[in-house]
Amino acid sequence: MSEASTTTTGAAVSAAAPYSGPPDYRVVGRHAALPAPSHDETARFNFLTHANRHLAQRVLPGVRTAFETRVEPRHRAETQRDFSDRHEVRRALLKDPAFQVWSALRRNTMESRQQAGRSMVLRQSEALSRAVGALVADDPRLELDPSLPMPRYVAAIDHHCMPGSYYTERFPSDVGAAANYDAGLFITTGGALGRYTDGAGWGLVQWMRDREPDFRPRRILDIGCGLGHNVLPIAMAFPDAEVVGVDVAAPMLRYGLARAKSLGVSNVRFVQGNAESMPQFADGSFDWIQSTMFLHETSYPALRAIFRENYRLLAPGGLVLHAEQPQYTSEMPLYEQALRDWDAFYNNEPFWTRLHEISLDEYLIAAGFAADQLVHGDVAAIVDPEKIPEASGATSEDYGRRAAWHITGARKPRAKERTP
Amino acid sequence: MTAEDLLAAANRKSRGKRPYFLESRQTEQVLSIVMAVAQELAVLRERQDTLERILAERGLPGAAEIEAFVPDAAAREARGRWTEEYLARILRILHQDAESQQLPSEHSAEDVARELAGD
Repeated sequence: MSEASTTTTGAAVSAAAPYSGPPDYRVVGRHAALPAPSHDETARFNFLTHANRHLAQRVLPGVRTAFETRVEPRHRAETQRDFSDRHEVRRALLKDPAFQVWSALRRNTMESRQQAGRSMVLRQSEALSRAVGALVADDPRLELDPSLPMPRYVAAIDHHCMPGSYYTERFPSDVGAAANYDAGLFITTGGALGRYTDGAGWGLVQWMRDREPDFRPRRILDIGCGLGHNVLPIAMAFPDAEVVGVDVAAPMLRYGLARAKSLGVSNVRFVQGNAESMPQFADGSFDWIQSTMFLHETSYPALRAIFRENYRLLAPGGLVLHAEQPQYTSEMPLYEQALRDWDAFYNNEPFWTRLHEISLDEYLIAAGFAADQLVHGDVAAIVDPEKIPEASGATSEDYGRRAAWHITGARKPRAKERTP
Repeated sequence: MTAEDLLAAANRKSRGKRPYFLESRQTEQVLSIVMAVAQELAVLRERQDTLERILAERGLPGAAEIEAFVPDAAAREARGRWTEEYLARILRILHQDAESQQLPSEHSAEDVARELAGD
């Protein structure tokens, strides 16, 4: 026990055991576009990070107990049968006090996180815009298209309760939406994605190196790139590749280029576009097309178009990989499926539930990929344990928010393979 | 951009109808308010911890002195008085409800309004 821990304000009951909580927000990786939080704003982020961790580790297990001891037995007694699907489980859970109060707190924590992030960003939004503008002005690596229509699946509802979503600009060249998103990722994941919230990207790089050690992609496309936090590790791992990030939201792209430049990554372009149709790129333009936690914010028609566009844009022998949380299969318990649906219905991720119930393989095959060329894999976030040792503390399940993903993808056959 | 505009922007709701989970909408709103107060208490607590550590770093009275501090009798009594008043203030509505239970019947302002108008 250190001297400090015995004399700090009010001794903690856990002081005799190793620390198991999330990291302090102050370990977050700095870059030129990141909004600077005050002491109290940092403390507010810390509280919310802890609140998310606490709800997952200390409150959610009680929901499972309530399900097993109250909800499921009552359903069996009333209907003389098992639950038929995840929706029936969720509707039964909605009547249980344990699920109700956990849900009310989880929703409230997300709303509070948005309020905390927005209030920090709003007071410095002009300064942020200037800092980003100084980095990206006249840079050809930022290609915006103000005429691009916002797809319905983005405009209909603000994803994860983020007021104004990814795309709203309160004034020309506003990057507030991206700055708030960047700050909040750390809070929602408890630092499990690393100091630069890029653990998924490093996980993908490692997966690719293990699986395809000789892969030397010349051009890489990241669709639904947001502020580029997932694609920067790929760009850094393949410094000779030309990397393009595409997203519909201008604030994310502006901020993303400034962030990339500030972090010394120079081989990424940010292009405003819709992943369903990118006529600015010729057939076969890319050796690797990637999306990370993007498909669940689209729609079935968009998914079909995106996969067809993936096929068109891939060079022969190229790979497309989509990283998402795992699909709902008959092996996954209905309770788990219902809990994974929470974000769909109560955290404004409506397509989440429908994406996870289909066979992505069938959609890929319908888009032109060959059944024997499909790719599956599992990727976990890679976080530097010296920089952020607390990231490994998040051992319990927080359905849908775990820092691990399933990859579904396909390889486009080489030209010679297609010739009989 | 006025101060009110910025406060409203920071507090904007996200697009999409908000789900309520508790049986009473008001109870869920109170839960949200309680969590916000808890959050701000944590903010203040961290600020005080920072202050104590800065003081200690500069050789001034800090956390160690706070732990070692022994209030004298007068200080203990003053603190006791403060805590009594604090709890009474926080729990005022319970005390006033109990007070009203002691009264057989009370006029409402609506009753009095009718009475004063001669209805």
